[in-house]
Amino acid sequence: MIKHETIEKNIGLMILLIIITISGGGLAEIVPLFFQSSTTKPIEGMRTYTALEFEGRDIYIREGCNVCHSQMIRPFRAETERYGHFSTANEHVWEHPFLWGSKRTGPDLARVGSRYSDDWHRAHMYNPRDVVPESKMPAYPWLFENKLSGKDTAKKLEVQRSLGVPFTDEQIANAQEEVQGKYEIDALVAYLQSLGKLHNNYDKVR
Amino acid sequence: MSAFWSAWVTVITLAVILGCTWLLLATRKSEPHKEATEETLGHEFDGIEEYDNPLPSWWFQMFLATVVFGLVYLVMYPGFGNFQGLLGWSSTGQWEEEMQHAEETYKPLFAKYATLSVEELQNEEAGLKMGQRMFANNCSLCHGSTGTGAYGFPNLTDSDWLYGGDAATIKASITNGRNGGMPPWGAVLGEEGVRDVTSYVLSLSGQQVDADSAAKGKTQYQALCTACHGADGTGLQALGAPNLTDDTWLYGGSFEKVAHTIRNGRNGVMPAHKTLLSEDKIHLITAYVYSLSNK
Repeated sequence: MIKHETIEKNIGLMILLIIITISGGGLAEIVPLFFQSSTTKPIEGMRTYTALEFEGRDIYIREGCNVCHSQMIRPFRAETERYGHFSTANEHVWEHPFLWGSKRTGPDLARVGSRYSDDWHRAHMYNPRDVVPESKMPAYPWLFENKLSGKDTAKKLEVQRSLGVPFTDEQIANAQEEVQGKYEIDALVAYLQSLGKLHNNYDKVR
Repeated sequence: MSAFWSAWVTVITLAVILGCTWLLLATRKSEPHKEATEETLGHEFDGIEEYDNPLPSWWFQMFLATVVFGLVYLVMYPGFGNFQGLLGWSSTGQWEEEMQHAEETYKPLFAKYATLSVEELQNEEAGLKMGQRMFANNCSLCHGSTGTGAYGFPNLTDSDWLYGGDAATIKASITNGRNGGMPPWGAVLGEEGVRDVTSYVLSLSGQQVDADSAAKGKTQYQALCTACHGADGTGLQALGAPNLTDDTWLYGGSFEKVAHTIRNGRNGVMPAHKTLLSEDKIHLITAYVYSLSNK
């Protein structure tokens, strides 16, 4: 029998025991996921983002959209009726970082692509209350003024490639040209329209 | 999950639970000291001393209860690697059950309404209510929660229709979507031409405009605009070309707004909903939209 006093008075031993105890959860729950095909193999027919969509994704992160919008449809009927098929891990294999979010002040966006027209998104971003009077989303008028230089786009795609996203040499070579001179709103709308549309395995009427 | 990873998860999970239990038991005060005494740990700071007493027994027993709960849970629910648990529960299984239940509850309802025409549905209060709920979920972001539309998004409560307001056309608009195709004329007409045509277009709805400018614009209008908007400006629903002689303006009817439309074109898009909603649902939404302007 050891005395709790022994553990409490030997800080090194205590740290060791704490590490052993809490690493159990990680070892059992997280580590196996690195080796399961359901989490490491992309869903069939998955495409990568275009350079413009990818820049839009960065704007989505910059503006903190993921603070109020989730991209994670849970397997409940109430959610799948409204948003579409529930999200699965193999849809997010190429997402670095994930934008699942943890709070819904606004609706889930995991499958918002093609639900609204580009014009609607633009009007909505410029002033949400112009199209949805009840909305409390902030307006993002500067997206209509700021232009993308595309200076870092190729580098960003390269970094993503080093993380395992299969961007092609051609995509990287044309990245700057594709986004240069476009407004930030163009990129963001392109990104939003791509959500849920990178593959069509779950295109089913509800 | 392979047998290795299944075993990995099971062994670690059990080891952690048993390890915690061992720690709990091993550091427990020995039998003779189980009851509270006045004995202290022997250290003192600013006159504060610490009793050397065991955990209260209710507390100790709650620790044991959590261990028992954990083990029972792992037997009933999936947790030990590939072991599915005695209850056979899974999150997708639960979802499928929910869907199945909804199918059984609502399918007969949808089937009943599917046999009625949109016109007949106007007398079905419950059916229209269902349509209204689905409209609120799928359509109201653009067309407004009461269907009155917004700048650039048509009002569905009036009798003015771009593509037609009969039941079949409304259903076709929802099912297949619509793509507005007003081309930009700025480059063709030049700035002066744009202003002349604007004057003429505004004169069609009886507004006061510069007569000379409108007369010049009329020639241009007849050359470029009649194919869609008609010689008299009343539009063509087959193409979704709006009537220019009334006072309904989707993109604003001021001189500058109309000039902007002519200069830059308009390409309003109604997304197709056939990939999102079943036919039965579109049928009820059609009935609701139809009811908005056919009270």
